[in-house]
Amino acid sequence: MKKLLLATALLALTGGAAAAQTVRLGTEGAYPPFNFIDDNGQVAGFEREVGDELCKRAELTCEWVTNDWDSIIPNLQSGNYDVIIAGMSITDERSKVISFSENYFPPAASAYVASDAGADIKGVVSAQVGTIQAGYVAESGATLLEFATPDETIAAVRNGEAAAVFADKDFLKPYVEQSNGELMFVGDDVELGGGVGLGFRQSDNELREKFTAAIQSMKADGTLNAALKKHFGEDTPLF
Amino acid sequence: MFSFCADPKALEGFGWLLCYLTSGKHLGFYTSFLTVLTLLAVTAPTALAFGFGGAMAARSHIAPVSWLGKIYIVMVRGVPDIVFFMFFVIALDQGIEWMKHQVVCPDWKEPIRQGLEFRVCPQAKVPLGSSSQIWHQLYGFALAVFTFSIVFGAFAANVLYGAMNAVPRAQLETAESYGMTPRQVFRRILVPQMWTYALPGLSNLWMILIKATPLLFLLGVKDIVYWARELGSAKTQAYAYPHPDWRLWYFLFLLVAYLCMTRVSEILLGRLSARLNHGQATAAGEAMRRAAQ
Repeated sequence: MKKLLLATALLALTGGAAAAQTVRLGTEGAYPPFNFIDDNGQVAGFEREVGDELCKRAELTCEWVTNDWDSIIPNLQSGNYDVIIAGMSITDERSKVISFSENYFPPAASAYVASDAGADIKGVVSAQVGTIQAGYVAESGATLLEFATPDETIAAVRNGEAAAVFADKDFLKPYVEQSNGELMFVGDDVELGGGVGLGFRQSDNELREKFTAAIQSMKADGTLNAALKKHFGEDTPLF
Repeated sequence: MFSFCADPKALEGFGWLLCYLTSGKHLGFYTSFLTVLTLLAVTAPTALAFGFGGAMAARSHIAPVSWLGKIYIVMVRGVPDIVFFMFFVIALDQGIEWMKHQVVCPDWKEPIRQGLEFRVCPQAKVPLGSSSQIWHQLYGFALAVFTFSIVFGAFAANVLYGAMNAVPRAQLETAESYGMTPRQVFRRILVPQMWTYALPGLSNLWMILIKATPLLFLLGVKDIVYWARELGSAKTQAYAYPHPDWRLWYFLFLLVAYLCMTRVSEILLGRLSARLNHGQATAAGEAMRRAAQ
């Protein structure tokens, strides 16, 4: 009888633990306004707001973890966290190693930014390592200068190391607007990728379905559009 | 931190700076100094213990033990640090989880390796996925201490091995002729005398260890260099305290901080060296004897 009681208690305990499963969200924390570390040391930005809301709708307990962009996919695969939520565009190449949820950010433009209007976008162009923009620059015939963090790609233009930086336009916009005319968009915008999605291990279908359902519900009731407007301005593309 | 910091955008001058330097992020920066100092305080003795063990093993008269010690020294010294910090740690982490998996989930059917993915049962995760962030941080820190200790232990082993061989044979023979057992000779004569030969090499290692602490970030521990880079990078209006690229100032501050750490170490090591050389039959000991006359 005692054993039976003990077994039931154990079962109840483990059952409880399974229900309160924590999902760890991995982000870069250096890509405003998508995700950044705010002045209290907490993850903030568009993805923080959307991620928290998605977890609420999917009824999951979520925990935020920061990880270098370089190793963000390998660390997902080795199980350090369960979801990548780091402004990661959906591409065929990445889909071979991880699987994506439905996009929560519409396909968007990438743009060049330089410190003078006549900058040569076929010259030395900086981009963040392992991004679709870096791939595009390499194929465009320009000399690609890669950096580990997005901030360094802009710093390279400011100090003259690169003629221009190529990145998501939504990331570059605040830097251009707040540079007092030192930085400007040059050349044409380029449409890249299939929007931004959450990254999952390919074996985690159940979790991916939960999040995709939550994204669809946020799209349906307009909360996602509201968040997009709040973080990216009134004229940002919506769903 | 202060009540008047509630609206940073309205502040100017000194008030702004005061609030800026006491923001949550900066407090994280300051505590990361403690993290680094703790790492040094824990790693140095552990690495020394590893080194002592390695040197003793390498000197052993039992062949397999001696091979083991020598292989440890040669292998670890030959592998670049960065490889160690990237691959060894992942392998160690997965090894721990794999072993725990065998114990807690014997009925698990799915393969653990699925292509590039490493999947053990959720109960075998270390630390558990549901445990709070602090445990993940402590686990990362423990892995860091262990990895640093293995790497620096191998170098220390080589230094100590050399130092043990540098103690004059005559000293040991004298001890033996007094009837001391090999164990007593080792403990009473060899070890106390070898430190004077080992100290220069060990102090080198200590200096390198201080400067190697930024490798911590590879292990997911936020160290002072990570924070300096993060805080110094240009901040847009999305942040409470927007500012241009200030990395130069942060890195200058780090330069001074590291110089202070190494300078203090140099002074302390100098004193220790003087104490160890006292009365030794070495050139340094002889110089001290003459100076005292």
